[in-house]
Amino acid sequence: MVGVFGDIPWAVVLILLPLTGGMICFLWPGMAKLAGAVTAIAVSLSVAGLGCQLLAHGVYHHAVGGWGAPLGIDLTADGLSLLMLATTALVGLGITVYSLAYFHGEDMVRFWPLWLFLLAALNALFLAADIFNLYVTLELIGLAAVALAAMPGGRDALSGAMRYLLTTLLGSLAYLFGVALLYHGFGSADIAILAVRVESSAVVWAALGLMGAGLLLKTALFPLHFWLPPAHASAPAPVSALLSALVVKASFYILLRLWLTIFNSLAGEVDELFGLLGAAAIIWGSIQALRQPRLKLLVAYSTVAQIGYLFIAFPLAAGAAASVWGATAYLAISHALAKAAMFLAAGNLLHFGGHDRIIDMDRVVQRLPLTAGAFALAGVSIMGLPPSGGFIGKWLLLEAAVIQGRWDLAAVMILGGLLAAAYVFKVLGYAFTAASVSHEPQFVSARMEWSALLLASGAILLGFLAPSVLSLVDIGSPFGIMEVRP
Amino acid sequence: MNTAFFYALVGVGLFFLGLYALIVHAHLLRKILALNVMGCGVFLVLVALARRTGEAQPDAVPHAMVITGIVVAFSATALALTLMVKLTAATGRAELQSDERDPH
Repeated sequence: MVGVFGDIPWAVVLILLPLTGGMICFLWPGMAKLAGAVTAIAVSLSVAGLGCQLLAHGVYHHAVGGWGAPLGIDLTADGLSLLMLATTALVGLGITVYSLAYFHGEDMVRFWPLWLFLLAALNALFLAADIFNLYVTLELIGLAAVALAAMPGGRDALSGAMRYLLTTLLGSLAYLFGVALLYHGFGSADIAILAVRVESSAVVWAALGLMGAGLLLKTALFPLHFWLPPAHASAPAPVSALLSALVVKASFYILLRLWLTIFNSLAGEVDELFGLLGAAAIIWGSIQALRQPRLKLLVAYSTVAQIGYLFIAFPLAAGAAASVWGATAYLAISHALAKAAMFLAAGNLLHFGGHDRIIDMDRVVQRLPLTAGAFALAGVSIMGLPPSGGFIGKWLLLEAAVIQGRWDLAAVMILGGLLAAAYVFKVLGYAFTAASVSHEPQFVSARMEWSALLLASGAILLGFLAPSVLSLVDIGSPFGIMEVRP
Repeated sequence: MNTAFFYALVGVGLFFLGLYALIVHAHLLRKILALNVMGCGVFLVLVALARRTGEAQPDAVPHAMVITGIVVAFSATALALTLMVKLTAATGRAELQSDERDPH
């Protein structure tokens, strides 16, 4: 039994399954819900299959069609890829359950193919072994994400999507320019080969600047975050959840991967710049979140702030690489779960009251207890309170900052936590009280409430799984190369 | 300076020319064209430097990259134009408003 499943090329399955599912949804819209649900479950099982292979044999390699690099396409997976794939599958499953109840009619026909194509592109990105395939998958993600963001079709959604598209194309082109320079400088697009060959030169610095700038733009690090709040806030709830939880993590994953391998020996001053921008993102995003009158914009600005935490790790990694990068990966996946839950809960509140103005929320704690609970639990992880995944990640980062005497970064992290508490409690405060305007509430389906609550519980549960998750990430030691850095 | 290097420099020039146009022009069609000019610049760099070694057979891999890149740029342009048409129909202007405040 194990032998049969052990031979299946799970990485190929992970890309082909959602691609096929997406085409079925496109060709036979009547089957869209069924095909979507089946695909999401099958993708989760395939990630489990890939996980078993990784545990048994270590790092996974597959040359698609037996061609091999440089002309063929290689797929590879280590602990970090597995973690991102698993997060994508889990968050995707939650969002799929939610969308089954959320979308009807024309919207349903549009949503399912795009979401499954996005899933295929995300999986392909986490499995890519060379920098050019990363470019292609990055573009596929961008196109699917923009189309999803434009779905509602109104003025706000269309202009948000247009801004998002122009930004994401600019980011990809800058990245592609970097790919061209690296290929010509070192004669390969394979990450592992480049990691060995690259040495400090003008070409590498130009590539680092172009790729770094492009990816920061796509990850929406302050001050390049301008496109994120309008695009994420005006999309339908499940789409906002996908964009905030998964899509911004994809470009961050590439950046992290490049910094761990190709650029790891030369990016000293750049690391400090990333830390500075990350700190600014935490403060600016949190303050903006606090000022928003509408719930979805608040959650979107909270994403801007939480992305900042991911970049705080860069200046700290020089001292204690493995634990700092482990903490960053932990933060990325807890944020994915918590932020998906938050956007789904916000979607429920919007559906329930017909608006998402925070001060006009009318006793939702009594009337939608599960949704309010989901928002509160997700908030616990976003604030970084124990026992949540967000707490583990932030605690490890804080520990590293204190040990290295980086009191500036430690102070920003604590301040960011306090500000996050302020904006989460602001929402919860209005959720308990009666509003001056009352309105006819709409029915919210149980599936929509439970999927938000389960994702939020996942973010809390991560707090208890730290040792096993951190050892899983270490398969193939993706952070190991950093240890030799002075 | 050999020919390949000259073409690569032209590619770099196109990239930054496109970037400049993308930033300064408000009309969406100009922005979309600017992105296409930037893309052509990168493709030109890739194709030109494929001959950098001066051998009779140029390197095939960058050519494969450019073909893939053209397909991606084509799809992206199609999506961008569709969005532009929809946005113009919804707002009456083919521009992004700098002030996105909620009118209600």
